[in-house]
Amino acid sequence: MTKHLPRVDVVLVGFGWTGAIFAEKLTAAGLDVLALERGPWRDTPSDFATTFAQDELRYYWRHGMFQEASQDTLTFRNNSAQTALPMRRWGSFLPGNGVGGAGVHWNGQTYRFLPSDFVARSHNEERYGPLPADMTVQDYGVTYEELEPHFDYFEKICGICGQAGNVNGETIEGGNPFEGMRSDQYPNPPMRMTFSQDRFAASARALGLNPFPVPSANMSRAYVNPLGLQMAPCTYCGFCEKHGCGNYSKASPQTTIIPVLMRRPNFGLRTNSEVLSVEKTPDGKHATGVTYVDTSGEVWFQPADIVILCAYPLQNTRLLLLSEIGAPYDPRTGEGVVGKNYCYQVMSSATVFFEDEYTNGFVGAGALGMVVDDYNGDNFDHSGLGFIGGGYIACGTTNARPIESHPVPEDVPRWGSAWKKAVRENFLKTTSVGVHGASMAHRSNYLDLDPTYKDVWGRPLLRMTYDFTLNDRRLTEHLTPVAEEIARGMGGAHVKVNARRGSYDSKPYQTTHNTGGTIMGTDPASSVVNRYGQSWDLPNLFVTGAGLFPQNAGYNPTGTVGALAYWSVDAIINQYLPDPGPLVRP
Amino acid sequence: MTHYTRRQTLRLMLMAGTALAASRVLAAEYGRGAGMPWSPMSGEVPYYGTGADRFFSRDERLAVAAICARLIPSDEDGPGATEADVVTFIDRQMAGFYGRAQHWYMQGPFAEGTSTQGYQSEHPPAMLYRLALAELDDYCRSQRGGAFAELSEEDQDAVLTGLDEGEIAFERVSAKTFFDLVLENTVEGFFADPLYGGNRDMVGWRYVGFPGTRYDYRDFVGHNGAAIPLEPVSLQGRPGWSQP
Ligand SMILES: Cc1cc2nc3c(=O)[nH]c(=O)nc-3n(C[C@H](O)[C@H](O)[C@H](O)COP(=O)(O)OP(=O)(O)OC[C@H]3O[C@@H](n4cnc5c(N)ncnc54)[C@H](O)[C@@H]3O)c2cc1C
Ligand code: SF4
Repeated sequence: MTKHLPRVDVVLVGFGWTGAIFAEKLTAAGLDVLALERGPWRDTPSDFATTFAQDELRYYWRHGMFQEASQDTLTFRNNSAQTALPMRRWGSFLPGNGVGGAGVHWNGQTYRFLPSDFVARSHNEERYGPLPADMTVQDYGVTYEELEPHFDYFEKICGICGQAGNVNGETIEGGNPFEGMRSDQYPNPPMRMTFSQDRFAASARALGLNPFPVPSANMSRAYVNPLGLQMAPCTYCGFCEKHGCGNYSKASPQTTIIPVLMRRPNFGLRTNSEVLSVEKTPDGKHATGVTYVDTSGEVWFQPADIVILCAYPLQNTRLLLLSEIGAPYDPRTGEGVVGKNYCYQVMSSATVFFEDEYTNGFVGAGALGMVVDDYNGDNFDHSGLGFIGGGYIACGTTNARPIESHPVPEDVPRWGSAWKKAVRENFLKTTSVGVHGASMAHRSNYLDLDPTYKDVWGRPLLRMTYDFTLNDRRLTEHLTPVAEEIARGMGGAHVKVNARRGSYDSKPYQTTHNTGGTIMGTDPASSVVNRYGQSWDLPNLFVTGAGLFPQNAGYNPTGTVGALAYWSVDAIINQYLPDPGPLVRP
Repeated sequence: MTHYTRRQTLRLMLMAGTALAASRVLAAEYGRGAGMPWSPMSGEVPYYGTGADRFFSRDERLAVAAICARLIPSDEDGPGATEADVVTFIDRQMAGFYGRAQHWYMQGPFAEGTSTQGYQSEHPPAMLYRLALAELDDYCRSQRGGAFAELSEEDQDAVLTGLDEGEIAFERVSAKTFFDLVLENTVEGFFADPLYGGNRDMVGWRYVGFPGTRYDYRDFVGHNGAAIPLEPVSLQGRPGWSQP
């Protein structure tokens, strides 16, 4: 029997980056907030202390902190003609689980999308003419200017280390000359760079490009954030991505928000509690709360005045589909919205092999790097190129974790003495110039429920139908040679190009930047939520995260995810609470 | 509240009982002004396959050791899988949750899948090894005159190449899936923390120059392309800590 619990003002589904942001602002506004998190409690001393955090096998290869595929995974196929099969173990991306979500084991590369990214359809059509019919690219419905104060606040919460390029219209040397106008500097100076970044920057400058430091959530110095929480300088430990930080040096919900929340009497958190569905009033016009199951198998109904989905794009989409909220997207007719415009990231790179110099990749950090933005978004003229969007091109030194990172030149066999020798010769002497390409929405790429495979509770898995599009292929073919050219100017003995060709492959890790499925917009016929993240169907239901992106830009998502979360929670507090109801009338 | 009938709920509870019995933590409530929870000894000590449990039979162990020794050979350039005791690493992994695919999604139906869909075998890693190793030795006996471990290095390399390139097929399992998994596990065993039984005495790390789990390189950020001569350290400490 489902047991009924006492009502709360707000229930948050998932307690990662976005859950923590909403909880902090809503409790500060005096609301009674409960977060339900399907995974366990996690914190620095108990789960990633410096005595055991740096364990590559456990945390990456045995998925120490990721969603357990045995409980719930996705099925995947490249196109609708194929039969989707389960991702039996994770590969291409790694959904988070537990308190802090993927914010525990991210890198911390914290970008703002460009102003033109938020108006991708209108901007590009105005400049280049109509987009192809199958490109379902849309505007966000919110602009960079509206988000700017929220970008700024998220950067201060995280203590982002970077070099501004445009503060209040004034161009600053050494920053990103293409960035949208900022109201303030970054709260901390950039990280210190290593040999590889120096070589990259010199090569890029020689080509007339504009290198700047990757905005980093790994601390360049001790920092106290606006909530009074203290962070320590990063030690360049090289176990950042896919691992938790033992030093309180990486911005995560744990280091920047949660300790403050846990002291507030109007905040509660239930762990190991997986939300199964959002419940509605009989007329289907309001959310009444959520049903969840705990690890003992007990099923509970948690009533709430406001429900906010903070469960990462994939789970947010699935919860809407399972709860029968919003029309599911149908790729044949192009109608329906839930699951529409699933996008990803189009990655490629050029590896530089040095002969005499050492790159010492183990001296690294998740967001240590130099980057150029000259080929991102609409920072360059796309006339005649046949694609829109772009990507950043960066040289990061994140790690030399040896199971994962042991590049060898292309003519070396996969095993045996020759392979072993090549690994040894190159292990400390390589670096890479990576292209982080945008992924534009296409009619045939989407998420829905799988007809065959079920999760541990007997409910359909989410099904992903995804492949790289013509726009993606042209984009990567245009940008990868630029990365190669920069790489060739870095003084190495050999450059190996890792182009992105063929179909999207779910096996090798690429990025955990899954976007879309619950997109925002200006019209209920083409979006799931309005410009504030509020459901068009149920005004007391809000959705967060990169699932709101109508298409993905050429950056890591979380800076924009954070800004959108602060923008949305601000609208709840200042507009919705005084007058509950739709914030936008269609 | 219309989604779950009483029977469905009961079914959910029963499934939870079997599937989640091993879960380390039960649902818990935090917050409400109590501050950050903390209790002594709550640190999650490494537990991944560090037990000394074994899975392989004597013959299986001989075969796996021989395969690993060809994938990462011991030669004039330095130590290989044998010195690193990779076979012990793999044996322990197979005896643990990894070998059972406990964290993988293993519900059917099973189908072969495309090259972009990943692991689709109905067998968890340990069973895949068991079935494949039996067929491997059968194949070697009938085609090369002895079990895999008894063949010359040249013959072993030829057989492994046959598996890798899909020229040798097994009846009950995919020879290629097996080869790819052994290669993956061998690299893991050569480079994982010695805690797990392989990379013994950090030979893998020392061979490539990886300083291990030190966790603080602030003094070396400005290396400017010079070598950083540091002895490796593992999660168990030693010997880097005590050497001058
Ligand atoms: C290895 C890795 C590296 C990354 N590096 C970067 C980077 O450098 N820069 C960047 O911008 N981004 C990066 N990311 C992405 C970044 O981590 C995410 O964008 C960010 O965490 C998203 O926040 P979120 O709140 O939407 O989801 P999360 O932080 O993942 O939180 C979602 C939470 O919801 C919980 N949940 C899910 N379903 C349910 C349910 N049904 N009931 C209850 N709880 C549920 C999950 O367990 C999880 O804790 C990286 C991600 C990974 C995995
Ligand atoms: S690189 Fe820095 S921020 Fe990242 S885990 Fe190590 S110490 Fe923490």
